[in-house]
Amino acid sequence: MQNFQSTELLFELSRPGCQAVQLPKCDVPPKPVTELLPAEALSDSPLPLPELSEPDVVRHFVNLSTRNFSVDTHFYPLGSCTMKYNPKRNERLVALPGLADVHPYQPESSLQGILALLHHAQHNLAEISGLPMVSLQPAAGAHGEMSALFVAAAYFRDIGQKRTNVLIPDSAHGTNPASAAMAGFKIVPVKSNAEGFVDIADLASKLNDQTAVFMITNPTTLGMFEPCIEKIAKMVHDVGGLMYCDGANMNAILGVTRPGDFGADMMHFNPHKTFSGPHGGGGPGAGPIAVTEKLGPYLPAPIVVKDGRGYHLDYNRPRSIGRVRSFFGSVGVLVRMYCYIRSHGPDGLRRIAEDAVLNANYLLSRVKGTIDVPRGNRCMHEFVASAASLKSQKDISAMEIAKRLLDYGIHAPTVYFPLIVREALMIEPTESESKSTLDAFADVLEKIINEPADVLHDAPHSTPISRPDEVLAARKPVLRWKDEG
Amino acid sequence: MERQASSFLPHPSSLKKMPYFPNTEADRQEMLKAIGAGSVDELFAMVPSELRMKQKLCVPPGLGELELTAHVAALAAQNTSAGQAVCFLGGGSYDHFIPAVVDMVSSRSEFYTAYTPYQAEASQGSLQAFFEYQTLIAELTGMDVSNASMYDGGSAAAEAVLMALHQTGRKRVVTTEGVHPEYRQVLATYLANMGIEIVTLKAAGGAVAIAELAAAVNDQTACVLVQHPNFFGCLEQVEQVAEIAHKNGALFVVAVDPISLGILKRPGDYGADIVVAEGQSLGNPMAFGGPYLGILACREQFVRRMPGRLVGQTVDRNGNRCWVLTLQTREQHIRREKATSNICTNQGLYALRATVYLSLMGPAGMNDVANLCLQKAHYAAEKLAAVPGLSLAFQQPTFKEFVVRVKDRPVADVVEKALQQGIFAGVPLGTWYPELADCLLVAVTEKRTKEEIDRLAAALG
Repeated sequence: MQNFQSTELLFELSRPGCQAVQLPKCDVPPKPVTELLPAEALSDSPLPLPELSEPDVVRHFVNLSTRNFSVDTHFYPLGSCTMKYNPKRNERLVALPGLADVHPYQPESSLQGILALLHHAQHNLAEISGLPMVSLQPAAGAHGEMSALFVAAAYFRDIGQKRTNVLIPDSAHGTNPASAAMAGFKIVPVKSNAEGFVDIADLASKLNDQTAVFMITNPTTLGMFEPCIEKIAKMVHDVGGLMYCDGANMNAILGVTRPGDFGADMMHFNPHKTFSGPHGGGGPGAGPIAVTEKLGPYLPAPIVVKDGRGYHLDYNRPRSIGRVRSFFGSVGVLVRMYCYIRSHGPDGLRRIAEDAVLNANYLLSRVKGTIDVPRGNRCMHEFVASAASLKSQKDISAMEIAKRLLDYGIHAPTVYFPLIVREALMIEPTESESKSTLDAFADVLEKIINEPADVLHDAPHSTPISRPDEVLAARKPVLRWKDEG
Repeated sequence: MERQASSFLPHPSSLKKMPYFPNTEADRQEMLKAIGAGSVDELFAMVPSELRMKQKLCVPPGLGELELTAHVAALAAQNTSAGQAVCFLGGGSYDHFIPAVVDMVSSRSEFYTAYTPYQAEASQGSLQAFFEYQTLIAELTGMDVSNASMYDGGSAAAEAVLMALHQTGRKRVVTTEGVHPEYRQVLATYLANMGIEIVTLKAAGGAVAIAELAAAVNDQTACVLVQHPNFFGCLEQVEQVAEIAHKNGALFVVAVDPISLGILKRPGDYGADIVVAEGQSLGNPMAFGGPYLGILACREQFVRRMPGRLVGQTVDRNGNRCWVLTLQTREQHIRREKATSNICTNQGLYALRATVYLSLMGPAGMNDVANLCLQKAHYAAEKLAAVPGLSLAFQQPTFKEFVVRVKDRPVADVVEKALQQGIFAGVPLGTWYPELADCLLVAVTEKRTKEEIDRLAAALG
């Protein structure tokens, strides 16, 4: 079934004279624009935008949508990204006029419902993290990291300590060092040991009175629980530093253990992962942060507080780092998060962790005879396989396996991350996949690995496009359409 | 026999079967057997037992779909929506019309349940839409290049200033009180640990005085950040601003209202180097402040300093035109601490919504919406200025917002009285500008009717 229209660009579909939106006639006495605004401020030509009818626009975008893999259409075992099912009810609820059609500067008396919801959400996150003070303001995970590091910087400034270093394991997400750099810190990498955990001796050698924060992802990016986490926290605290937990992998430990209980002073959540965002093709997300009592005063303002008269936005926070974005936060994402937490309750939240870990371990048990999984027989919510030996023996790379999976209707795992595993394939099934889907994945993987290497070298074969020339894209960047005619 | 009603009631706390877990108890047992584990608990053996929760999480019991709907709908009903009151609120978030097609396209689950398009073969739909977004934003702003989105207008402004600081190697930023106070707060937070001087000029007459700007900008200035139309709705003299910035080797960063570009000159045509904007106006709901859409576009020579994702056109192995994420060596997942920004997740779905919105509006629609805002805002300004006790605070030309001064009563009383008549009259400015504590910022979009504006004037009378 061919669709010849699907790859034309909006600009190529444009036909002068088409307009999809008809706005009402002006019902106030109109004046010439030049009477209202100075001539030099005005544009002298219409915007160079495409002209389309409503049916043109709808067909274009609906056809484009069919050129995507998505959670609703495909198994999407993308490690570290927690591509779980997104409940449809939550999409409906967030679109209620009482939530979607509310201006951020309305009088508080007209906002009591949304403020109550956000107040509950603050409480829920404090409980789930084991860290009492919460800011819902950050717009995404990396933004949460940066906000928490601003909090750390403000805290140390306030207590009169000049600490310049943020220590980060070499297994960390790239956002960790990037966020620390944006917050003005110097980055000190910490080695991982052979098992992929923090090298304690290396950490010890780098901790000192210059250490502001040690950032750790736990469960780790290898899908394991850091066995020495308590000891690590103590080491960091002993030199007067703070421990930050990257909450990307919270899905594995909901209701099982809490960052606040294992020594973290600060963390961020990724509601678009753990609490079923959805991902939106790359956002919007949200990045709420939770911190200890002593760091609470430095959180971004405002936060939602409650008194006898109702819910309020508290801006009166003199030690706050200030704002990290305009308005309250990614409220639409936070509403979905709240719906998700409320749908599950304490038993359901724990069941998420249990089934996520069960699914990952089951899949691990099914594939470990097919492909190397260098770090252990067990995992938390995800595991990292390595195509290194396949690469040397059969000339099959992680990338090629990933691409070939697409031909079987399975989204590729995360590849070449974490950096400490060669030819890494990071696989996270999440709790919302069935055993039969996992079985099908394991069967396909085995089949692919036994296929002739040639078939993999130029895979995928069935997708709308195959092996785009990325070098060309970077060498001669074409970042917008231009009218060549 | 009496029927036992209680057995028919939903039991929120005992939701044994939860809808989002496809595996049955039998599946779970089979899986455990295959793993060689006796219980699910055993799978958590690597979590030290002293760290494991002995108690359940203290969150309310789980709700089924029906109960959740009732609960959230009840909370939503406690808010007054802009559909229930007449909304004259602005200040960076606006009650613009959203065509149905925008919601329809963004609720395609192939778009909203997809991830960031790292796997190009599995993501041509999103990639092409983002390439179209970049093109539309470049056309709208008159710039060479747009990235694939930032979080919101405030953080986009801060990131644009960071670009300018890195580009010039200078440590001084000049801005004005006409820039959204929350954007300036974000900027201050972002720069707090970097030893950067931020000079904030007054906008006493509603816009920055060009002579003051000329005196403040020097050869140490990395950039001049101005908003146009500014937070008070007033136009700035952007051509002179550009000239002053460039004469001193500084970049000109401008924050714009995308809707205004249906009428006003495009930033690329008056010398801006980096353009940022809050893209909420382009088909995104107000939603109590987010998620929104950060727009960031710039001149070609700054592309490699840009934060965030960029989609580029290329060809595949069969020669077909296609799209990929490109210039990724700027980004955190490749460059780590040397990246241009830490941004990872951005606002993909909201960039898609803006793309749909702009393709529905086209040049004529954008001109129509801008003109309706302009005409109605000016009608409203005239009406309110004629109300005894009210006056316009500034004499500068304005687009869709203006500032009203209340002489005879506290602003809070005015707001409260209007609210009782079902009107959100405006945003009190005292929170950010003590000297404007008697002022109200009033925004008028294409959705407001003459009758509603007349009602506002009557309510404030």
